[in-house]
Amino acid sequence: MSLTPSSPSPDSVEDELELSAVRHRPEGLEQLEALTRFNRKELQILYRGFKNECPSGVVNEDTFKVIYSQFFPQGDASMYAHFLFNAFDTDKDGSVSFEDFVIGLSILLRGSVQEKLNWAFNLYDINKDGCITKEEMLDIMKAIYDMMGKCTYPLLKDDTPRQHVEIFFQKMDKNKDGVVTIEEFIDCCQNDENIMRSMQLFENVI
Amino acid sequence: MAAGVATWMPFARAAAVGWLPLAQQTMPKPPVDKTSRSDEILFVNVSGLRFQTWKNTLDRYPDTLLGSSEKEFFYNEETQEYFFDRDPEMFRHILNFFRTGKLHYPRHECIQAFEEELAFYGIIPEIIGDCCMEEYRDRKKENQERLAEDTEAENAGDAPLPPDATLRDKLWRAFENPHTSTMALVFYYVTGFFIAVSVIANVVETVPCRPLKGSVKDLPCGEKFSVAFSCLDTACVLIFSCEYLMRLYAAPSRCDFARSVMSVIDVVAILPFYIGLVMPENEEVSGAFVTLRVFRVFRIFKFSRHSQGLRILGCTLQACASELGFLLFSLTMAVIIFATVMFYAEKGTKGTTFSSIPASFWYTIVTMTTLGYGDMVPDSIAGKIFGSICSLSGVLVIALPVPVIVSNFARIYHQNQRADKMRAQQKVRQARIRMAKKGATNAFLQHKEDGGLQGGDSDSTALCVKNRSAFEHQHHHLLQCLEKTTNHEFTDEVTYSEVCMMDSVGFRTSRSTSLSSQQGATTTCCSRRSKRRAIRLANSTVSVSRGSVQELATLHITKTPVGTQYPQSRSNLNARTEDLKLNCDDYTAAIISIPTPPANTPDESLPNSPAIPGILRNSRSSTYNTQETVKISSL
Repeated sequence: MSLTPSSPSPDSVEDELELSAVRHRPEGLEQLEALTRFNRKELQILYRGFKNECPSGVVNEDTFKVIYSQFFPQGDASMYAHFLFNAFDTDKDGSVSFEDFVIGLSILLRGSVQEKLNWAFNLYDINKDGCITKEEMLDIMKAIYDMMGKCTYPLLKDDTPRQHVEIFFQKMDKNKDGVVTIEEFIDCCQNDENIMRSMQLFENVI
Repeated sequence: MAAGVATWMPFARAAAVGWLPLAQQTMPKPPVDKTSRSDEILFVNVSGLRFQTWKNTLDRYPDTLLGSSEKEFFYNEETQEYFFDRDPEMFRHILNFFRTGKLHYPRHECIQAFEEELAFYGIIPEIIGDCCMEEYRDRKKENQERLAEDTEAENAGDAPLPPDATLRDKLWRAFENPHTSTMALVFYYVTGFFIAVSVIANVVETVPCRPLKGSVKDLPCGEKFSVAFSCLDTACVLIFSCEYLMRLYAAPSRCDFARSVMSVIDVVAILPFYIGLVMPENEEVSGAFVTLRVFRVFRIFKFSRHSQGLRILGCTLQACASELGFLLFSLTMAVIIFATVMFYAEKGTKGTTFSSIPASFWYTIVTMTTLGYGDMVPDSIAGKIFGSICSLSGVLVIALPVPVIVSNFARIYHQNQRADKMRAQQKVRQARIRMAKKGATNAFLQHKEDGGLQGGDSDSTALCVKNRSAFEHQHHHLLQCLEKTTNHEFTDEVTYSEVCMMDSVGFRTSRSTSLSSQQGATTTCCSRRSKRRAIRLANSTVSVSRGSVQELATLHITKTPVGTQYPQSRSNLNARTEDLKLNCDDYTAAIISIPTPPANTPDESLPNSPAIPGILRNSRSSTYNTQETVKISSL
């Protein structure tokens, strides 16, 4: 499991030893209980599952892609998994530890609407500069449509993602400056009934 | 689904929040998870050995016995545990699979017993980890070979024939399996005897006998006792001809028999005699054919049917033919090189036997195989030097590869067998993995078709929600959310190829490029497609008139809440009836333009839709259409 992608050092043997010896241990249950909105039992269940799948305690991007791709056998989920990974890896160290994982889940499942929308905005904003450009949205959209694969009805055309991006921007970009800022995004979503209703969808996942 | 995916399901679902702001349609309701989320320790008693494990561990693989509700059948209320009357030692490995996700093959266990345990617990052997896979395959192959030999020996015709077997069948069996009846055995030995007699006669014919009285020259016996020998030969040929004709008559497939090697040899063995009858005077030609009689000796190979060893030898020779061929090729190279060298070295010598390069071939071969007849000997010094190099290299060229080849072909032969099997099994493995993947998608498509989407408003959904686990519900819900986000649906290969073809034919209606046109397109597309099917398949006299089309569509919507296109079409239908009229015209025209409608290939994975007597085969869209068909007739 690679932690920080560091520059190749002369003593690579020691690096390897160091890497193999690292077993990420998460914070104690109490700290995690404080950081997230899960109770003790839920954290226990989550950790047992997580530790069983990733005995070293961290998930790297490749494993992440493999895991996520298993849910979408018809299409190619690797691009979207990449964006997801970046959204979960809040400390940008190249791997998702249990804390990152459980904090992300807490926001998505138990957070307020504001927090969820924040998270979604963070996901779409690939370079994390506070605004979503059309190119970023197009990347995300293409990644989502890739997950559908090619056997869809109606047929996926090449400019379907682009059209979808146009629709999105028409709705969200109030001042028509070509980018969607976080305020525009949250405002617009809060005014959209559909979106607000669907935010409650995944409340009882855990 | 593959290992441990169930653990990640909550994460995948949570991540779906990222699609919500982008979705253009409303999201479907999530499945209600009735099971309690808390984890508990389960007790599993296997023939007295008590195992304990978390419930979640077992739930990781919902398609095994322990992971599904099937284990409830084994629940013992009094002792509050699951009791299995199976091998506890094997169960350890099964449980480890659940814990670690890797299945290991215990080397000391019998492979059959292990496979039976796996089958009982619903685990496919293909997921054995790479560490144990080769061992498992070797043992399995060994086992299968042993079993195959046993069954072959059994089926070697020892079973009695059915009582209504014809004379032909009996005869054939007698020929193929002489030990089945006394007559067959007698016949077998008699023919064997005559083969031996014929071969010995051929041999003895050429031995020189004492000359006739009054002559000095030694005669070969064949000429001295020509009458006796020719009588013997005639008798043998008659017997062989009879035998061949009887075999030909008794053979179940005469063409195949006539083409088989043994029959060719039989024919070749008796042919010279008959040819000799036709042209008795021509010494040359009949002499040439007489030598063909030597092929009779190959009849001895018929014994190989009953000798295991000869069979294996034949197989191995066949298998290492390439190695032998390579040996031959390298020898040829060496021979040509040395022959050339010797020829040019000996060119200067007077009266040399190395008259040409081909003549030198003989010398090279004789020298390299260390025979050294001495009929050709180099005279010049250069010739002698090269000659000695030739004989030394001969030892190397021949003696070295031969043992290497001998040991190689044993190894390579087995390796090839294993490699081919592994390749074939790899394909099977991949195919199974693909099938499992397809199974997941097909399960989802089936779920959609069963109307599980509209959420519990009719009995049909209750019927369709069979034994689907919570995991499957959640996974299907996830896939539905993705469909809603992208405004496209998952379909199967068949429909996709048909839609592709439809596009290429050039169906396009004039539609406005408004926002909702996308939805409108899907409606018209779908209803068009299904109507086309209905017309083609129902074989009814539905006139494609405007009125009936509309009625049809309306009937559709009120009666069958199948699929997601219809709610849309309901609103669209009310809003824009003109569109449908337009479509109708185009549609009629389009029907004419389609040369042959593609065959409605059945999708085997989807079972019959219940309660509709099908005149149509099973196909995803046909379920829509069977319902349509019923309605057409009710019009």
